Formats: sequence, structure tokens, C-alpha cells
Amino acid sequence: MDFNDTPEEAVYRTQVKAWLEANAPKRYEGGDVEEGGAEGSLGMAAARAWQAKKAAAGYAQITWPKDWGGAGGTPIQQVIFNQEEANYPVPGNPFQIGLGMCVPTVATFADQATKDRFVGPALRGEEIWCQLFSEPSGGSDVAAARTKAVRADDSSGDWIISGQKVWTTGAQFSDFGIVVTRTNPDAPKHKGLTMFWVDMHDPGIEVKPIHQMSGGSGFNEVFFTDVRVKDSQRVGAVDDGWRVSLVTLMNERLAVGGPSGTGWAQFLETARSVPGLDGAPAIQDRALREKLADWYVATEGLKHTRNRTMTALSRGQTPGPESSIGKVVTALQMQDLANTAVEMLDQYGIINDPELAPLHAAFQGSLMFAPGLRIAGGTDEILKNIIAERVLGLPGDIRVDKDVAFKDLPTGR
Amino acid sequence: MNFDFSDDQKFLKGEARKFLEAHCPPARARGVIDDDAKAYDADLWTAVAAQGWLGAAIPEEHGGLGLGHLELCVIAEELGRAAAPIPFASTVYFLAEAVMLAGDAEQKAELLPKIAAGALIGALATSERPGPVSAAALKATVTDGRLSGIKIPVTDGDIANLGLVLAKENGKPGLFLVQLDGEGVTREAVGTLDPARDAAKLTFKDAPARRLGEAGVGMELLEQVLDRAAILIAFEQCGGADRCLEMAKAYALERYAFGRTIASYQAIKHKLADIYIKNELARSNAYYGAWALNTGAAETPLAASAARIAASEAFWFAAKENIQTHGGIGFTWEMDCHLYYRRSRQLALVAGAPRVWKERLVSHLERRNAA
Repeated sequence: MDFNDTPEEAVYRTQVKAWLEANAPKRYEGGDVEEGGAEGSLGMAAARAWQAKKAAAGYAQITWPKDWGGAGGTPIQQVIFNQEEANYPVPGNPFQIGLGMCVPTVATFADQATKDRFVGPALRGEEIWCQLFSEPSGGSDVAAARTKAVRADDSSGDWIISGQKVWTTGAQFSDFGIVVTRTNPDAPKHKGLTMFWVDMHDPGIEVKPIHQMSGGSGFNEVFFTDVRVKDSQRVGAVDDGWRVSLVTLMNERLAVGGPSGTGWAQFLETARSVPGLDGAPAIQDRALREKLADWYVATEGLKHTRNRTMTALSRGQTPGPESSIGKVVTALQMQDLANTAVEMLDQYGIINDPELAPLHAAFQGSLMFAPGLRIAGGTDEILKNIIAERVLGLPGDIRVDKDVAFKDLPTGR
Repeated sequence: MNFDFSDDQKFLKGEARKFLEAHCPPARARGVIDDDAKAYDADLWTAVAAQGWLGAAIPEEHGGLGLGHLELCVIAEELGRAAAPIPFASTVYFLAEAVMLAGDAEQKAELLPKIAAGALIGALATSERPGPVSAAALKATVTDGRLSGIKIPVTDGDIANLGLVLAKENGKPGLFLVQLDGEGVTREAVGTLDPARDAAKLTFKDAPARRLGEAGVGMELLEQVLDRAAILIAFEQCGGADRCLEMAKAYALERYAFGRTIASYQAIKHKLADIYIKNELARSNAYYGAWALNTGAAETPLAASAARIAASEAFWFAAKENIQTHGGIGFTWEMDCHLYYRRSRQLALVAGAPRVWKERLVSHLERRNAA
């Protein structure tokens, strides 16, 4: 038991380090890709340039097969690259949803010509993709999609898409998207869906940023108004979209990001400088110390759970189910820790002015972001269902909507 | 990255499980719980000694198998899973570890072979009253090599041959080896939450005592002993917690209510998912503790604290929610749920309560992250 690379991993790491040292930026070149995101901004330009460099060197999608333009490498090599890349002030990565989920889905079901058309530009950061699954009436229940696609009545074989998607990350700067649509409302909900790829520049597609409760706008609503697509843009068979979307979701990473920098160490630092109940530093408060210990233990537990996952990858094994616990623990802890920190400041805790609040109001920021983190990429409740069903082997929920035509399902909000 | 046990260690774990499934079904713990005259399962103790487990981490020159602490960790996990009614922790995690850590050549040569052979049962005697052990409140005293004072509770104190006793000498705490079946020692059994792990009140009156390690550093030495024991106990706790999850899952799948298995209700599914999450966090922390213990890393106090806190919480949560999942039947004497509920309390308290370890952990963090 140790934390060392195998000899092969060490060789790979040395090679990656040398390449990064020669090619990675040494200074952060501003611009928040997710939030600002306007095409042509410094952040996006830097992100595209860095992605192109990685692609040319075979580091863009290390585990992709070589005929997709990948390196045909192993998952542990990708982990090693990510670890080393994190040591440099590289730009944000707006390509991950496309490369991790959308493009593999299209490439799995499309013909060679379509694959050739899309894989290269996505890999080099020239084209960005978004995933259009969630809808106002269905978040956890993706198969409840109502956005409809109907055949054009001109015998062209084209489809006309109308409806609304929501919580679409990066739609504002995406060139393409994959969209789940309802093509057969007479069939039960899982059996009447079809997936298409769409050109996000189509005039019938309107992208509106969502104003989050945290103040930012990292996600969008996407409206489809009679968007005409070719039948060749269909991904998989008609009414087989649920199976296709499972390919996408299989690749979904639960490592949904959020503002970091509000962990136990920042709490400890703040608690040293803030007075507690009796005027002595708050860190001497026993109740706070117990909480601090719990957060440290959970943080360490997750860190070493990742080390166990990496070990499985290093040995060429499939990681065990333990890797599924990360987001549930992280999101809840972020909320609890931020709230405890804010309460520790007493009346002063209501101030979220970065000029005045400790750590530039990082705790207040996390407090307001945490509710989103508990929902994004699978709610706490859905993730616990997944652990119960896929890890522990407990039965799935009883489905009252399984054998009912979609159009006959009761609907609420 | 190689943060896992080796194939050989996993094989040993598998063999240990097979052995304990054959020799230590829950009936063995019940045999001790239901019989007031029985303090432990002597036959199982002999069988475990014959497997060489007592000396797994003891060097070959002292009669052990000379394997290492990682091997001891996988054995500990299986003992915890089986809720074994034997003085393994007292003898191996506390006494043997203390002797290996601080004993002189003579003490090692005398004691370790006996421990490895199963010829000597140990006990850790530090507590004197309700509340955490502290140097300031310590009353037991050694004068001219003779110990006087009271220790309560001492797990396995009624059956142990040799005690590892915390006492003052010249006003400073030290750790002392005291023959418990010798002169100057009176033992009275006390009732315990987990009757498969007995305890006693020990009264010492001029009992011969030999110091272990340097004079005056008893508290520091005790902390090192507890760090090691905490990591090993964490593996027992992980084993017990995983067993509770298995029991809860098996019962939920076969119990029907309102026309369906209770395992199909989210209230139960989420409960079991919560147990799983805590168990995995505990396991990952225990693994880090195992690594620290095996390499003697400077991070050992932090790793031990984290392992103990996570494992104590996980076993407690799994044990209590296992009973809850079983419903009424889980509250009966006949079901095994309470064996683990009891053991979870025994293990969480025997090396100091989790809140004491949380305080230690934060103190270490404060020093490490000194501003």
C-alpha cells in the first residue's frame, strides 16, 4: 500500500510534466468562460487555444480511440494528466460536456461521414456542444420530455422541433447540441422519444440565460420554435431516444463543479480571527471544533475514496461503486459548512460585500451556490436512489407511468 | 497509485472470513452474553492463537508471524464483522503494540512470544471515573515499584494476566506493566453494555509494577499506543458496520409491508444509501490509517483520529439503523441486531470517546496549519 506511480505511470507523468512545462500558460489569462462566456472574450479565446494545443499533442481526450483523434490511452493516464494540468493556471474548459457526453453519443450512433465531420473540430475546441435534456416539467425524470418533433408534411423526411429545454450549460456559446424530443405521445414515455443533433445557430432556437438565486447565470433556457432538422440529424432510431440518452448519461460526470475555497481549512483560518461567545477566538468554541473535525474527516474520506478509485484504474480494473458517494457528501457539506461560518460571524454574517466579509465573502457565496450543487447532475435524492438500486441492489421504484401512453399521463406543474 | 491491500493480504482476509464463519457464528457471542460466568470464548481464543493471528504483526524473532500491520488490519476487519467475543483488542492492539513501541529488549523477549502463543491476555487500564482520562485527574500512583489505586472499567480486566496501567510516579504519568493475577490486585467484574466484552474494577494495593518506556512521558506514550489501537479498532468497526448493512439489506428485501418489499420504499432505500456512504467514508479513512501505521508516518495522529471518528460514527449509524430497518423483530433478544449495537458502543468507547478524538484532531490541525 503506497501512493506511488507504477513505473509506467511515472514515465507517463514525466512526459506530461515536460510537455506542460513547455506549453502550459504560466499566468491566468482572465475571463470566466462559464459566466461571461461571450464569443470573442479573452477567456473563450484562451480556452480554445489551450484545447487546440492539447489536441495537437494527443492530450485532449486521452482515452478516446485513435481513429477518433484520441490517444488510445488509459483512464489512469487521463487522471495523471488532469492532476498535472491542475498545477497550471489553464483556462476554463467549456468543451467537457461536448467531449465527455455529446460527441461520444453522436459518434456511437452516426455514420462515418458524420463522425468525421464532428469529432475533429470538437476535439480541437473549434466547435462547442451542449446537452439539451432537462425540461421545465422534468428534471430528474428526463424521459418525461415534452419538446416534440413531428415529421414535416412535405415528404422531405425532415422533422420540426418545438418546445423548451432548461438548465442547459453553455448553450449561449454552443455551436451544436443533442436534444431529446417526444416523437410518439401515444406510446409509454420511454418508448416515444427520439434524439437529434441540432445547429444552435438556427434562427428558431433562442437561448435565454437563467438568473440563478446565487446571482450568476451559468445555465440557460433554450426555446425551440419550429426548428426544421434533416432526418440525417437523427441520432439512433425513431422512438429509441431513451436508449440513446442512456449512452449519454452513462458518460455524465457527477463531478459537477462549484465555487471551491470554502473547506475546513478556510473555516479554521476564519475561526481563528473571529471572536467567539466569550470574546476568545471562535476556534476555541467546542461546538465549532466538533463540526470542524467532522468536516475534516469527511473531506479526508472523500480524498482517500478517490485514491481507491485511482488505484483500481491504475490496476486496469473498473472502479468500485464507492466513487458514487462524492457529490452527495460534497454538496451537503458545502451548505452546512458555509452556514456554520456565516452564523459564526453573528450579525456580520449577513454581509456579502466582498470588501467587508471575511475571505471576500466566499462563505456567503458558497451558501448561495450550495442549493444548486445539491440538485445539479442528480439531486441528493436521485443519487441515493442510484446507490440503493445500482450499488446495493434494492428494487427500483414502482412506476405508475410505465405502461400508460405519454399523452394520458397526469401532469402538474 | 497503490492505495489498496495486496492480493496476498486480500487472500488472508478471505481465509480469515472463512475461518470465522466456521468458528465464530453469532452463537459464539451469545454463548458469552447468555452465560454470566463466561467472560470470553476460551475455545475461540485458542483457535485464533493457533491461526497465528495474535502474532501477525509481531516479529518472527519474538515468536510472531512477522507479517505487518496491514495484515493485522484485514484480520481486525473480519473479527469486527464476526463480533468475536475474545480479548483480541486488549491483548494485541493495546498490550502487544505498546510493548513493541516502548518495551526494552528484555520486556519484548519475555512478553511478545507469550502474546503470540495465546498464553498471555492483556488489558489497558487507564480510566478511574466517569469522563475522559486526563493527567491532572489521575490518582493511581506508583511508589518504589508498587502500584496503588483503582481502575474502572478495565475491559478484560477480570481475565487478563497483564495490565498496561496508567499511573503517576514522582508526580508524572507513566505506563506500567502489572501482573493482574498476582499479588496486590483485587478484581471485581462489572456489568457492561456489551457482555461479550467483559470489564472489571481493579483495586491495586502495593502491586508490583514495571515501567514501560521512559519515566514521565506516560501521556505521550499512551497517545501513541491509542493511535495505533484506534486504527486497528477502526477496521473492526468497518467490519461490523458492513455486516449491519448486509443484515439490513437482506431483511429489507425479504420483508413485505403494504404489498411490497420494504426495500422498495425510498425511506428504506435512502436510509441504506446513507449507511453505505458513511461506511465508505470510514473505510477510506481506515485505509489511510493503515498506510500511516504501516509506514510510521508523521501523519499518524491525524490519520488515527480521522479513522476513529469516521469508523465510530459509521458503526453506530449502521447498528442503530439496522435495528430500525428490522422494525419490532430487531428489538428482540433473539435477533442478532443488538449484538452489533452493543459492540458499536464498546468499540467507540474503549479507546476514548469520539468527541475526545475530535478535540485531539482539531488540536493537531491547529498546530499543523499554524498561522
